[in-house]
Amino acid sequence: MVTLRKSADGYGGNLLVVLTIDRSVRDAIVAHARRDHPDEACGLVAGPVGADRPERVIPMTNALRSMTQYDFEPGEKLRAYREMDDRDEEVVVVYHSHTATEAYPSRTDVRFASQPASHYVLVSTRDPDEVEFRSFRIVDGGVTEEEVRVTESVPD
Amino acid sequence: MAIEVRIPTILRQYTGGAKAVQASGGSLSSLIDDLEAQHPGIKARLVTQDGALHRFVNVYVNDEDVRFTGALDTGLSDGDSVTILPAVAGG
Repeated sequence: MVTLRKSADGYGGNLLVVLTIDRSVRDAIVAHARRDHPDEACGLVAGPVGADRPERVIPMTNALRSMTQYDFEPGEKLRAYREMDDRDEEVVVVYHSHTATEAYPSRTDVRFASQPASHYVLVSTRDPDEVEFRSFRIVDGGVTEEEVRVTESVPD
Repeated sequence: MAIEVRIPTILRQYTGGAKAVQASGGSLSSLIDDLEAQHPGIKARLVTQDGALHRFVNVYVNDEDVRFTGALDTGLSDGDSVTILPAVAGG
């Protein structure tokens, strides 16, 4: 059983209880969720190995095309993982949307969460005007919500 | 017989950190037994106690998801490549 704790000063330093994400990345995830509504949207955000920086959004096709379940299309998933391997990237965020329920991991989500080093982002599109965007760590069947810190990168 | 098996990050604890290993077997099932002989503990993460492929991993043989080619009975030949990835699914 893994226990996650904030660092002594309560901020930063501890990579395990905060998701730091650029606004453009967050917006891309939300746009994908809205686009696929009422089906669940799903995807990954890749980043350099060990950096905990979600940089490259990889929207995936939900092979189940379902309003209540998702599964990555196998061929797309294989290509995405190969590409990450070639680029020395890892999965920083696994995201998917709930289209009628809250942005909180379901029992199925917890059962299938097999990447303890990743952040699990849930987006809810149940409200047409306000999107819910929350992030969690799922380790050994336990769910811990974490703070989402949105950063604004300086445009070139 | 040499088959390259690509190992996902979550299972590299069994392969001493290696992201690819060599193994042999005429079927996916026997390949996994060979993997277990070389890297003890890995089989339990791939195969359930009932002898089926774990739903938490997806295995590809030459880019084909084995769910569509006979799962553990999928035949293997020398030079084939096998990739193991975590299942990413939910609801």
